[in-house]
Amino acid sequence: MADESTILSVGIDIGTSTTQVVFGRLTFKNSAGYFSVPHVAISDKKVIYKSDIYRTPLIDRIRIDGEKIRHIVAAEFDKAGFTPEDTQTGAVIITGESARKENSEIVLQNLSDFAGEFVVSTAGPDLEAIIAGKGSGARQYSIEHQCRVINLDIGGGTTNAVCFDCGEVIGKGCLDIGGHLIQFDSNGTVTYVSDSADKIGASEGIFLKAGDPADYTLIYRIASQMAGLLHEWIGQKESRLIQTITTPGSSEFNIKSSGCRLCFSGGVADGIYHPSKKNWMSYGDMGILLGEAIRESRLFSDYQVIEAKETIRATVVGAGSYTTSVSGSTISYNRDVFPLKNIPVLKLDEEEQELCFKGEGEKLKEKLQWMQEQSDSNQLILAMKGKNNPSYAQILNLARCLTEVLDEVLDKHQPMIIVLEHDMAKALGQMMQRMVPEQSRDIICIDSIQVDQNDFVDMGKPLVDGLVIPVVVKTLIFG
Amino acid sequence: MLSQSQIEAIAQAVLQELKQNPSSGQGTAGTSMVPDEIGDPSEKESMLDLTSPEAKATPLLDHVEDREGLERMMGRTTARIGVGNCGPRLKTKTMLTLRADHAAARDAVFMDVSPALLDSLGLFTVDTACADKNQFLTRPDLGRIFPEESLDMIRSRCEKNVDVQIYASDGLSSTAVEANLANILPVIMDGLKAGGLKVGTPFFVRNGRVAAMDQISETLNATVTCVLLGERPGLATAESMSAYIAYKATMGMPEARRTVVSNIHSKGIPAVEAGAYIVDVIGKILEAKASGVELKK
Repeated sequence: MADESTILSVGIDIGTSTTQVVFGRLTFKNSAGYFSVPHVAISDKKVIYKSDIYRTPLIDRIRIDGEKIRHIVAAEFDKAGFTPEDTQTGAVIITGESARKENSEIVLQNLSDFAGEFVVSTAGPDLEAIIAGKGSGARQYSIEHQCRVINLDIGGGTTNAVCFDCGEVIGKGCLDIGGHLIQFDSNGTVTYVSDSADKIGASEGIFLKAGDPADYTLIYRIASQMAGLLHEWIGQKESRLIQTITTPGSSEFNIKSSGCRLCFSGGVADGIYHPSKKNWMSYGDMGILLGEAIRESRLFSDYQVIEAKETIRATVVGAGSYTTSVSGSTISYNRDVFPLKNIPVLKLDEEEQELCFKGEGEKLKEKLQWMQEQSDSNQLILAMKGKNNPSYAQILNLARCLTEVLDEVLDKHQPMIIVLEHDMAKALGQMMQRMVPEQSRDIICIDSIQVDQNDFVDMGKPLVDGLVIPVVVKTLIFG
Repeated sequence: MLSQSQIEAIAQAVLQELKQNPSSGQGTAGTSMVPDEIGDPSEKESMLDLTSPEAKATPLLDHVEDREGLERMMGRTTARIGVGNCGPRLKTKTMLTLRADHAAARDAVFMDVSPALLDSLGLFTVDTACADKNQFLTRPDLGRIFPEESLDMIRSRCEKNVDVQIYASDGLSSTAVEANLANILPVIMDGLKAGGLKVGTPFFVRNGRVAAMDQISETLNATVTCVLLGERPGLATAESMSAYIAYKATMGMPEARRTVVSNIHSKGIPAVEAGAYIVDVIGKILEAKASGVELKK
């Protein structure tokens, strides 16, 4: 019996200002001893190839040039020596100001050759913050040092903050502050001032607009103001200005930050940790000045700042290595129908789940029918928390209730897919399989995976002798 | 010797008397000899269960620099860390908790599985060669064999020449059987029967050790034998059950031929899930015609 499997994972990050690709190798290992039930976990994550950092090709200020993205990605596959068929998992994430519905469609269309083999998804500000915080090493640090770490991923358009407490995400949020918000050309003329940069400048009495000369002092003052706002934001000072520059769709970042350590990632982070040797205008945007202003700000004097493992690559490394999780090791499926992609989730709350455990299915049926009307996908995942140590009677009731209702509501060819948090999937799946007529329907039942309503889930081919299934949970939010 | 019910009756009577006449049994009127912490046993909130997870989660260490950090560490282990000390010895509360846990472990070993549970599962009881618990504990060899009358009972009440014979046994923890059997046994029975296997008549073996399964296997000519047995309790849990499974078990065979699924309890692998896993394991054993280390991992 193979105790180990490795898969190739690809991460592609299309941000406001940069686009990158990484390849990583994930190792899944059964770490349980001979006398125990198997326990498969991801034992190693290694980035084996990092692409160059490309400027994100745009048609206009917002829309991505799909054709050029396609060229970049195809060229990087060639350079890395991989074909789309080699990759078993991964994520394309569209972040920052690029995270818009039309861009996601452009990317989907142009990467469809690749998308056949891997996951295409968009992150949304909250998920983006978490992915960057994992990629930067902030989460790992918080586990190793048993402390709280706030990761600030400062990119071109946005700053994504996430707070890890010993590895757990306890807060996240996003502000429209970034290095690309004021841009200028090689002649030193301002070409763009974003809406949020304009508001921040105005609060200081600075009214910079396109066509003005790019004045070091003025732009540095705006950068300082941005650094001050970041300090206020994570320090939970209420301000109307912060509210107006909060990225739409992001959570409120409300964590008691005293005692937390700070970690910086994103394109601006290099300029935060080390004074840039380049001329402040060399990138054609305010990124270098923003880095300097943050280094001089109270963010550095009030907090203990830790070194990031990845800075500008944090998000892409996060996308390549940290978006795949693994199911529990005692699960149930009757046939290898994987991979399954983009399946929407219907999540039952505690009360609704309790009814199912009692064997009452009316509410479930109602919800399923509603979901089918809402969703254009013809598949769905039924998710619930489950119970720790359920009794035989409870699980028998649940299996009967789910099988009856799902069999009635789902089309004949659709699989029944159940995702649980507590360790009970094999027991439930076995019972459900006995309750449907022989081989008439696929039943997939996995646990140790947390999903929420509105999530989409991908399930990969079974690994480690079929014990586990790699899972990618995606949250789709558009600004 | 007093029986359990007699002891309980006496305890109830004493408590009743204390409640009605709180000053009885006390020395000088007005000064209570009962320490405040113990209080009135009828008031639930004053009776903290020392063995409860909540009680154990509280650090007793004085002057903790990083209390949250300590609580997190304590949450990760059942070891008694963060308990502090009183001079060279443990604090009274630590000592009491230790003794309470030890008492639960002793109970698990010395108590019998309740007939009500066995009746509800339709299991009849068979004795090994041990006459009582004391002999069971002092003579491990007798816990592995059956007297002729027990074998007769097994022969007369059980189906023979089965694919799989499952039975339960107290082993060293009746508590583990009480906690898990009703949830694990039906899952395994259902699963095996659904797989088209001929499953034998389940029963219960009192004062049984693991290797008792060998004689049962021989007696019933079972292809695979599986015993669900209470494991020796530690101070962390007394509810841990294991399943020992062997292909064509014979008396005196090497221990290495047994496949084990251990750590079945609410904080390990839940009973129903373990049951479902055991169904698969038995399937693999039948397919490979081997168990234990011969069944390649």
